Amino acid sequence: MKMKNLIQKLSLASMTMGVLFSSAAWAVNDLAGGPAVLQLNLQPAATKIAEEQAWLHWFMLIICTVIFVGVFGVMFYSILKHRKSLGHPAASFHESLKVELAWTIVPFIIVILMALPATKAVVASKDTSNADLTIKATGSQWKWSYDYLKGEGEGVSFVSTLDTAQRELSNSGAKGASVDNYLLLVDNPLVVPVNKKVRIITTASDVIHAFAVPSFGIKQDAIPGFVRDTWFRAEKTGDFYGQCQELCGKEHAYMPIHVVVMNDKDYSAWVQTEQKKMAALNDDPSKVWSLDESLKRGEKVYATNCVACHQPNGKGGGAVKPLDGAAVVLNADKNKQISVLLHGQNNGAMPAWKALSDTDLAAVITFTKNNWSNKTGQLVQPAEVLAQRQ
Amino acid sequence: MSAVLHPHGHVAGDHDGHDDHHGAPSGWRRWVFATNHKDIGTLYLLFAFTMFIFGGVLALMIRAELFQPGLQFVNPELFNQLTTMHGLIMVFGAIMPAFVGFANWMVPLQIGASDMAFARMNNFSFWLLIPAAVMLGSGFFLPGGAPSGGWTLYAPLTLQMGPSMDSGIFALHLLGASSIMGSINIIVTILNMRAPGMTLMKMPMFVWTWLITAYLLIAVMPVLAGAITMTLTDRHFGTTFFNPAAGGDPVMFQHIFWFFGHPEVYIMILPAFGIVSQIVPAFARKKLFGYSSMVYATSSIAILSFIVWAHHMYATGMPVTGQLFFMYATMLISVPTGVKVFNWVATMWRGSMTFETPMLFAVGFIFVFTMGGFTGLILSMAPIDIQLQDTYYVVAHFHYVLVAGSLFSMFAGFYYWSPKWTGVMYNETRGKIHFWLTMISFNVTFFPMHFLGLAGMPRRYADYPMQFADFNELASIGAFCFGLSQVYFFFFVVLPVMLGRGEKAPQRPWDGAEGLEWEIPSPAPFHTFENPPKLNADANKILA
Repeated sequence: MKMKNLIQKLSLASMTMGVLFSSAAWAVNDLAGGPAVLQLNLQPAATKIAEEQAWLHWFMLIICTVIFVGVFGVMFYSILKHRKSLGHPAASFHESLKVELAWTIVPFIIVILMALPATKAVVASKDTSNADLTIKATGSQWKWSYDYLKGEGEGVSFVSTLDTAQRELSNSGAKGASVDNYLLLVDNPLVVPVNKKVRIITTASDVIHAFAVPSFGIKQDAIPGFVRDTWFRAEKTGDFYGQCQELCGKEHAYMPIHVVVMNDKDYSAWVQTEQKKMAALNDDPSKVWSLDESLKRGEKVYATNCVACHQPNGKGGGAVKPLDGAAVVLNADKNKQISVLLHGQNNGAMPAWKALSDTDLAAVITFTKNNWSNKTGQLVQPAEVLAQRQ
Repeated sequence: MSAVLHPHGHVAGDHDGHDDHHGAPSGWRRWVFATNHKDIGTLYLLFAFTMFIFGGVLALMIRAELFQPGLQFVNPELFNQLTTMHGLIMVFGAIMPAFVGFANWMVPLQIGASDMAFARMNNFSFWLLIPAAVMLGSGFFLPGGAPSGGWTLYAPLTLQMGPSMDSGIFALHLLGASSIMGSINIIVTILNMRAPGMTLMKMPMFVWTWLITAYLLIAVMPVLAGAITMTLTDRHFGTTFFNPAAGGDPVMFQHIFWFFGHPEVYIMILPAFGIVSQIVPAFARKKLFGYSSMVYATSSIAILSFIVWAHHMYATGMPVTGQLFFMYATMLISVPTGVKVFNWVATMWRGSMTFETPMLFAVGFIFVFTMGGFTGLILSMAPIDIQLQDTYYVVAHFHYVLVAGSLFSMFAGFYYWSPKWTGVMYNETRGKIHFWLTMISFNVTFFPMHFLGLAGMPRRYADYPMQFADFNELASIGAFCFGLSQVYFFFFVVLPVMLGRGEKAPQRPWDGAEGLEWEIPSPAPFHTFENPPKLNADANKILA
């Protein structure tokens, strides 16, 4: 009796606590193109495939619910009526070939009928031919790089990482914050035109990641050493969000996919500015940088690529080695650090950063050699990185 | 007096004086050198419960972190270690050994055998578990922490792990060796040591399901051993089976892993079917509706389980034909599984039912496990799976079949057979409290995860978009209630019966229960069926 009371009180207390928390702290709104608050079903579809999936899900859910209610209706009727306490005597029937054949064959037919409409959807979703635009999405720990391979925008390429402020908010416990696009906002979203067939080729540079956008109905593993593809044709403009869906290490939760769907005119304009930016960014590796310039550039590179593991204070943590006061960073032989950045270290715990440009690598090395308590005054030039690459 | 903790004498008349050396040894020797199937069964069950609590604490740490968005208690690296270790410990440390414990106790009793066929191998297969558990659990204290690549151990992420990955691999090797030895023991016992008259098609369902499970184990544990050995040589000896940087194929790892992994799922559920198939007829006071169709359904499930593995891999980018084949094959499994559910319901139909705790857990099992079955059917459809793969929907699905399936059946089995094991009845009120607490908190924990998965929340995430906060909060509250319910179970149900406190159990505590285990006194004497019993025509009673 005492126990029962205690349990009642405990559950009451925890319920009230739950209600308090949910109503007070998270005044967050639905996110168009992403999840909604208390969402019960799939995200609203923005492609035909996603619509088809939503239809199939309803179709399955209804059939399963009908069968479930039927079977358990019988069971609960039996539980209520066929009780010893009601004086119900036990019948002695058992084994009936007819009944047993029926409940094998009927479910078999139902299952086949269920699978037929799904077959059509499988075939449609795997047909990646005749794409208007082909983009390669490369997953790496922990960001996505996009290369526009074919179609309008060919040659554009950029790296997309989670907004640094949001990553820090996560570390700080996100107390009292309510951010609608929390963990979904990136610095450079993937931009695609509306009503065009976009083929996404996925691959990865280290471990397996997965490129997924729920409202487009796509999910494709990005596998290192292999090339896989999927496609979508977005029918609405706007922002759409997804997240990496295959465990890829500690920052797995922090490499979102943000897609902006634009109308043709806006898309063309975006491609033009992007191409101009690309040209401007195309740094000449033989340019000689001053310490100040290099530090400024390096700080940005650090914030985008390094801060997640090595932390803003350069102290690292856990398996991640500190940079502040590290022997390799302070070493007068610059080549040591250049080599670590180019080839990685500790079986990829420190990944290889070959994908970054010589200028970026030189700048970030200069930055780490002259930040925090590291005051070496050393300046690394892009040419030095280039020399090590060979 | 309890059979579990205290040695006890022989049943009068069973023995002549010169058999005295044959009695129960005492002190630590009884356990360390145990060769008695009942003692080893007890050891297995206690070990499994310990690991269940360990894995449960890890799960609660996960749920505590996910209670709110943002990182409050653990960093993402530790979070991944928690999810990985929770999975490995629950699968290999809790569920599998617990079922072997049930088999050890019940298989010889149910077929009228004096013990397991290989008593010393039985001892060895249990004691291998201890170093394995220590090696697996010690990962947390090694540099870099415990393995954090997920319980599925996908390459090439495992190639980045620290030394704990190696100790984890060795631990899995030991656990696999233990499972194989246990399976050989069970198969030989069942095939060679049945009492005269106990033909295969008269064996209790629990024995049947374990016979099939044991074959599955022997078939697939070596496959897992192969996969993790290749991972090990990739890590240290320069091979490149799964390392793409040198031409290896990470998808091949997934194929090998799931060729083990899918039959493994059935290894964890077939004995559960067996337990429930014993309990439902006992409390409906009516024969199992279709005994032979149950046997055939179990065999079909086992055979089909070998050709469906790649439904875990739709998102890897299989060709159309591959997706279609695995989709159809997977949906087919629901047919024999449906046959089982229909059978249980038909057994209950027009019975004379009572609802003691074993029956409550058995009915609860059927109800909640079927939900897990249906979500499995939904997941098997490739186009829907593309939405749900690696989301919380999958987490909900497999907890519905593993917790509400395997675990509930084990609770049912404990309540059903513990009077025979210990000689005392558990407290019925407390059993019922345990059932309702478990049932409700289980659903509060895992039902909202379906919604999270549909809305797109990926699994294995230390932090999540704030729209997912409410359901996560609810799930965390449910999880803590679920955890506390199991602590209650241990202290208020298990411990008292182990200490022999409670009403004395009659030889046959359930009036509808049939089978040889109810033909011997409660608690079961240390040695049983030393001379083969004479059986009636149905092989469920001993003729005096």
